[in-house]
Amino acid sequence: MSKQTEQDNDVGTTGHEWDGIEELNNPLPRWWLWCFYLTIIWGIGYTIAYPAWPMINKATAGVLGYSTRAEVAEEIAAVATANGPINARLEAAELTDVRADADLMQYATSAGGAVYRTWCTQCHGSGAAGAVGFPNLLDDDWLWGGDIENIYLTIAHGIRNEEDLDSRYSEMPAYGEIFEDGEIASVVQYVKSLSGTPDDATLVPAGQELFLDNCAACHGENGMGDQDLGAPNLTDAIWLYGGDTDTLTETITYSRYGVMPPWQSRLSEAEIRAVSLYVHSRGGGQ
Amino acid sequence: MGILDRHKILERNATLLLIFSFLVVTIGGLVQIVPLFYLENTIEEVEGVRPYSPLELAGRDIYIREGCYVCHSQMIRPMRDEVERYGHYSLAAESMYDHPFQWGSKRTGPDLARVGGRYSDDWHLVHLRDPQAVVPESVMPKYGFLEQTLIEGEHIKELLATHKLVGVPYTDEMIDLAQRDFRDQADPDSDFDGLLERYPGAQVRNFDGAAGVSEADALIAYLQMLGTLVDFSTFIADASR
Repeated sequence: MSKQTEQDNDVGTTGHEWDGIEELNNPLPRWWLWCFYLTIIWGIGYTIAYPAWPMINKATAGVLGYSTRAEVAEEIAAVATANGPINARLEAAELTDVRADADLMQYATSAGGAVYRTWCTQCHGSGAAGAVGFPNLLDDDWLWGGDIENIYLTIAHGIRNEEDLDSRYSEMPAYGEIFEDGEIASVVQYVKSLSGTPDDATLVPAGQELFLDNCAACHGENGMGDQDLGAPNLTDAIWLYGGDTDTLTETITYSRYGVMPPWQSRLSEAEIRAVSLYVHSRGGGQ
Repeated sequence: MGILDRHKILERNATLLLIFSFLVVTIGGLVQIVPLFYLENTIEEVEGVRPYSPLELAGRDIYIREGCYVCHSQMIRPMRDEVERYGHYSLAAESMYDHPFQWGSKRTGPDLARVGGRYSDDWHLVHLRDPQAVVPESVMPKYGFLEQTLIEGEHIKELLATHKLVGVPYTDEMIDLAQRDFRDQADPDSDFDGLLERYPGAQVRNFDGAAGVSEADALIAYLQMLGTLVDFSTFIADASR
């Protein structure tokens, strides 16, 4: 402190004085001042290098020509270039042949997994086990076909959407408007009997008759369904919306129209192929 | 008397100091804000952007009322990871009719700027009712009451008029027919040609699958149009922005 006092005497005061207390005129530390001057110089340089000053019509562009949009476009292009050759191979290959090409299959399932986790998990689940109303992709029960070509078509065009004219489309009538009272209950019991669990076996014969007249055209006489029509197999005890009496009654009364968006408009051809192969490789692929 | 000596006058007079401080802040503010209104760099006209239809606007109000913006942003930043996950980066023009904008600053949930068309109406309905039914790892609260709350849109006219007041170009025709358009958009059996003419690209569906217009109808109509107005297959980004 004594040193400080000596210095104080050298620097004098600012001339401010309040009730006998004077303010010493110590200079700011030199290192601090230099940092301060440097930030000013850096700041000026920054406004010259990058877009900054507002002018009459537009802001100055900056000598480096920096643009956020150009930067992100470059980054995207760089990745596209890096993946270009293998994406080209994936696009050129027959989907059925990819499995035989270990290298390409490795790439497709990794890339497809990334696509799946970004765009598909919200409905089909992060483990692809699906949810009520959103099909499980792990099992071998398929609505529209589980071979790679069919999976590809489903992903590219989606199901029952208005945006893609090639989307898969099937429309089960709402039988609440067609069947009379009690008839739905019989059909429900018959449908339950197909997988072995009717609550009331006495309704089954009447239900079967109604089924053959109304439902068999799509679901088949034995209830095995038809993947060309998107008609589910009713005999496998796998239910998209539920196989209990209440849910089946609701399904038959109001029908179900699950929608899947077309991914053609959002994903590239290589991405669709990759995610098709990924889904196909989950266990249920045929 | 040097300028530094004159500064003493300000330092010794509280009122003057206040007035001059205000002046300095005003000039600083004007320099930063005013150019945003006229610079070419900040204004980009983009084809396809239109004011919200009455049902979408009502849905937007529900979105704000329920505080969706607390967890969801609506702003895809121009970075590769965001573009890969959410789609094309957001354009300023896409939120030009937002009062207030919903860019947000925090993402507990995902960005919703381009959620339109990404999921089916059914998915939205199930997800609002019980988010964990479709996304088990989600922390989103349940909004099942939205589909049980029917709305008539009796004040929708005033809502449009208020937005017009702050600069959204709603025509008198749009305001007059607001309540009709509000009902028609949730009813595919209605005569909605006029609605589509007034609001090109509007989606007409019974979003919640039940009779009447519910809050879920309005919210899903809003969510399903988010980010869908600009056709990015024909949009060419101006690199100078």
